[in-house]
Amino acid sequence: MSDTSSNNGTAAAKMNRRHAKANSVFEKKLVVTATWKAFVNLDPRAMVKNPVMFVTEAGAFLTTLVTLSDAFSGKGNLSYNIWVTLILWLTVLFSNFAEALAEARGKAQADSLKNVRKKTMARKIQDGKEVLVSSEELRENDLVAVSAGENIPGDGEVVKGAAMIDESAITGESAPVLREAGSDQAGVVGGTRVLSDRVVIRITASSGNSFLDRMIALVEGAVRQKTPNELALTVTLSGLTLAFLLVTGSLWPVGRYFSIDIPLPTLVALLVCLIPTTIGALLSAIGLAGMNRALSANVLAKSGKAVELAGDIDTLLLDKTGTITMGNRQATCYRPLSGVSLERLAAIAMQASAGDITPEGKSIVALGEKTLGITAPSDITDSIVPFTAQSRLSGVDRQDGITLRKGAPDAIRNFITLKNGVVPQELRHHVDEIASSGMTPIVVAEGNEVLGVVGLSDILKPGISDRFVRLRAMGLRIVMVTGDNPLTAAAIAKDAGVDDFIAEARPEDKLAYIRREQQKGRLVAMMGDGTNDAPALAQADIGVAMNSGTQAAKEAGNMVDLDSDPTKLVEVIEIGKQLLMTRGALTTFSIANDISKYFAIIPAMFVLALPGLDILNIMRLHTPSSAILSALVFNAVIIPALIPIAIKGVKYRPLGADAILRNNLLVYGVGGILMPFAGIKLIDMLLSATGLF
Amino acid sequence: MELFCGLLVLAIPALLSRPLGRYMADVLDNGTVSGKVVGLIGGDITRQPQNWKEYAWSMMLVNILMFAIVTVILSFQQGLPLNPDGKTALEPSLIFNTVSSFVTNTNLQHYSGEVFMSCFTQLFGLMWLQFVSAATGIACLAALARGLSGKTMMGNFYHDLSTATFFILLPLSLLLACILMAGGVPMTFDGAAVVKTLEGATQTIARGPVAAMVAIKQLGTNGGGYFGPNSAHPFENPSAITNIAECMAIIIIPMASVWMFGFMTGRKKDAAIIFSVMMLLLVVKVFLAMNLEHAPSAAFAGLPVTSSPNIEGKELRFGPGTGAIWAAITTATSNGSVNCMHDSLNPLTGLIPLAGMWLNVIFGGVGVGLINMFIFIIVGVFICGMMVGRTPEYFAKKVETREMKLALLALLVHPLLILGGTALFAATPLGASTVLNSGSHGFSEILYEFTSAAANNGSGFEGLGDNTVPWNIATAIVMLLGRYVPIILPLAIAGSLAEKKTVPETSGTLRTDTILFGSVILGSVVFIGALLFLPLAVLGPVADHLSSAMH
Repeated sequence: MSDTSSNNGTAAAKMNRRHAKANSVFEKKLVVTATWKAFVNLDPRAMVKNPVMFVTEAGAFLTTLVTLSDAFSGKGNLSYNIWVTLILWLTVLFSNFAEALAEARGKAQADSLKNVRKKTMARKIQDGKEVLVSSEELRENDLVAVSAGENIPGDGEVVKGAAMIDESAITGESAPVLREAGSDQAGVVGGTRVLSDRVVIRITASSGNSFLDRMIALVEGAVRQKTPNELALTVTLSGLTLAFLLVTGSLWPVGRYFSIDIPLPTLVALLVCLIPTTIGALLSAIGLAGMNRALSANVLAKSGKAVELAGDIDTLLLDKTGTITMGNRQATCYRPLSGVSLERLAAIAMQASAGDITPEGKSIVALGEKTLGITAPSDITDSIVPFTAQSRLSGVDRQDGITLRKGAPDAIRNFITLKNGVVPQELRHHVDEIASSGMTPIVVAEGNEVLGVVGLSDILKPGISDRFVRLRAMGLRIVMVTGDNPLTAAAIAKDAGVDDFIAEARPEDKLAYIRREQQKGRLVAMMGDGTNDAPALAQADIGVAMNSGTQAAKEAGNMVDLDSDPTKLVEVIEIGKQLLMTRGALTTFSIANDISKYFAIIPAMFVLALPGLDILNIMRLHTPSSAILSALVFNAVIIPALIPIAIKGVKYRPLGADAILRNNLLVYGVGGILMPFAGIKLIDMLLSATGLF
Repeated sequence: MELFCGLLVLAIPALLSRPLGRYMADVLDNGTVSGKVVGLIGGDITRQPQNWKEYAWSMMLVNILMFAIVTVILSFQQGLPLNPDGKTALEPSLIFNTVSSFVTNTNLQHYSGEVFMSCFTQLFGLMWLQFVSAATGIACLAALARGLSGKTMMGNFYHDLSTATFFILLPLSLLLACILMAGGVPMTFDGAAVVKTLEGATQTIARGPVAAMVAIKQLGTNGGGYFGPNSAHPFENPSAITNIAECMAIIIIPMASVWMFGFMTGRKKDAAIIFSVMMLLLVVKVFLAMNLEHAPSAAFAGLPVTSSPNIEGKELRFGPGTGAIWAAITTATSNGSVNCMHDSLNPLTGLIPLAGMWLNVIFGGVGVGLINMFIFIIVGVFICGMMVGRTPEYFAKKVETREMKLALLALLVHPLLILGGTALFAATPLGASTVLNSGSHGFSEILYEFTSAAANNGSGFEGLGDNTVPWNIATAIVMLLGRYVPIILPLAIAGSLAEKKTVPETSGTLRTDTILFGSVILGSVVFIGALLFLPLAVLGPVADHLSSAMH
């Protein structure tokens, strides 16, 4: 179990950084890049991936041909034809621009991370000697030595030594972190700086092949694949496009029945207005923006699919420590067994914790110092037995051969039994009492004698239960994972308001729990860092590995959190949900727009042959030409107008499905019907003011 | 009085439909007696569970067989018994059209029964198809319901078909036929009666086993009458009482189908929501039609006659309003029987039947109405499902690319047949030379014919010389495609969903049994319908109305 605690002071700074990233949708430099890319992507081979816009481009192309041939033969309304052609091309360009802008933003973000890993010299250990090589020449499994003040040349794992490392370049956190060989916090990232000591690092990804590199490639579109829902939506939009092709295609022969020759540019204008160009143009931008939002939250997703899937998560496995509680449990009380003095228990507990550098261990020492009025000796002569996830106890072996241990009740019970000791009946009573008040009981033993229990209090993070109420309204099941005994776990679970908990959790318990949930059809998300967590991370539908974690954990998960912040899961799920909501909302909006366009175009198309139809021109648009152009202009400009929504995502509130649907239907459905009436009328007024139409 | 009639013919079937739906679900899923009887007749073939492909294949096999048998009957009716008036074989394209029409539960009639058909043909050809084609619809809905409840084995088509025929349609038809006979509808094997009129002239009056055929024509959303004028003919529909009974018979099984779906899937609340959406649309349709038909005919404008509701093309024994009610109901369901001339409805009233057939989900055909609705629901679920922040789900199954592909295909067939057919026939002499009226009204006549064929409705706007080889062949093809594609694709979707993992429903899941979701269904039906058909509606009935208003 990890003890990563987030530093509240820098959290605010990080939020600012994220806001700064989110606010500048139309940053000048990005706009220039995106504009250029928009023209380059007019290549039909690139357009064909987006059926809606491909049809638009084909329409623009056809209209161009007709305009040219009419210009030479002197037929048709030249200025009208030219305007329709221009707006059609503009529509395609806007679409390309939206995608290119989202891509450029992702790239800019990735670049800021990439800049960190500039070429450096690395001291590679070869045959026991250090050789200076360029960081680009490093391959997997190379060993490099890094000393204080030097930059780490590539992603890797500390295999020897321990060091304080400044990761602010990646995470924005100014506080240095400890990375230690053999622990669950052994992972280091290229470009970060060693502040103290000297470590040997085994490189885990050759240059150009790290998570970051893969992530950047994903954002840059080279290896980007459509996610399952994006694919289904593309199919749906293509179907609708076909339907509208049919509608407009049938109008020409029907026009013949009424002896009306509908000009091709007008037909294409109607078609492009009807097909869902708004969502078609913004679809890939929405997907990219989802990845970018994850990146802004310092989460590297290995695929767009993972971000999308996050919205579907039903069950959330959260580590208690650092997520639900503050993470530094404090020793607050003693419960000596009968016949044992409080002083003896306090003294032995203090000695057993002498080598324990966790906050819990330190708090036991501190409580001992306070109770006994002494200061703990600073030099430790006893040999330290560290805590492991399997033994779940720690302590010291004293030089006189006596073993001092402290740990979970059942771990101590096993230990005492192994040493042929007897566990007194009354221990259970003390343990239960402490546990059921939400404290963690730590049993202390000297040799094979149990002395008593130290109670560690756990403090819930402020606001965590409110957050859980909201998460549960969204349909999420929250499961607390803790090493605590069931009674403590139950008490904390109740206080925090989680649905279930796994107490005395070993990594294999997590795995089993995830499998059980998945058998019920649920999708499970979890976060982990240790090598032990790797199987569970791989089994979970969303496995977020902490960047501080081991390489195995990072390989197993489908996301890596650069901040190693255990509350990040919640954010990831929100990003996934927002991504899907944005797609649904803009699709609804796009289709809802069509009603007003019919009212603009259909009367305009047929009013000459069937004058009675003028009554349907409810917007009182100026002339047939201005009516058609207004609808077409609206259809085009709505694309850039909605880019901010596509990139930032629709407003997200953690509510139940019904409430969210009602809100979105009102805003994007009803709003989508009404808004274009005003928009088209306004554009028509502007157009007629020019006197051209 | 008319308002009361309108309420009555909607309210009584609505009340009766729920128990009937429960009975239908029960007899199809666990009818012990019916199961034994069907098993005894059909043997093992009716007991084998079928997946969606086997089910669809059996359905097609039986339908092809039905097609073949009746083609033979129509081609050789002169040599068959029960032919008192010595009817002869029909023209081949008319046979093709008529058989397609009855196999597909459409009953678009390009012939007049009393002129062309023998008693044998009417009873054992056409009426038999009226039973089994309706039963086909019920069976396929049962399969869809089973698939959506998560079963990959969706029942047995042979079992469902026979059960629906013998234990649902036959008893109800018997009951209705008796009521009709009591109301004066003839039921005889005698040939036409030759009588002397009061003026001394000789008149030949066609008759035959009418009551039996009218009963299933109404109950099975068939619509093909014994006589050319259908339920406007006094022998098919003699009085106001029979008129009300027949009107209610049109809608009762389509209504019960919705409840049947609810009982079979165990999602009664979902069914209630779907039912309410359909009911709302139907009520709007009926009252709009009644209101619009209260305006006097445009032909009377400026003439020195008393202003009255439009009575052109109406049977005076029913009055003007009942024609509008019937027209609305018969095109909401895919029945297509008529008791007045739709061509003579006021232009905007004419839009009401068209709109019903364009949507084709306002209760719709027996069984198939809800199957059509399922497609709209899937599309609605897909778009709105995303809006709640999850990948879309329906009945605890994820809706993904494969389902959307099939759903969009199913959704496209209907407009393709209507728009494509209308465009082809309107732009060429094939259709343009067969219309009786020019301009928008003539256009409406072509539009109506293709709409009616694609929706498997079968009512005619008339005013169209439709017994031509091109019309016969074109509408036959439209009927066949309009029938089987929208049945098979939804079955495929249900089969694909049934194979998927069940997703647990949470408060984050889009609920499909709420009023909110009802408005989603309503929205997607009205919206998609409007977007697909608005231009044609404007060019046909709306322009017709506007131009006649301007004259």
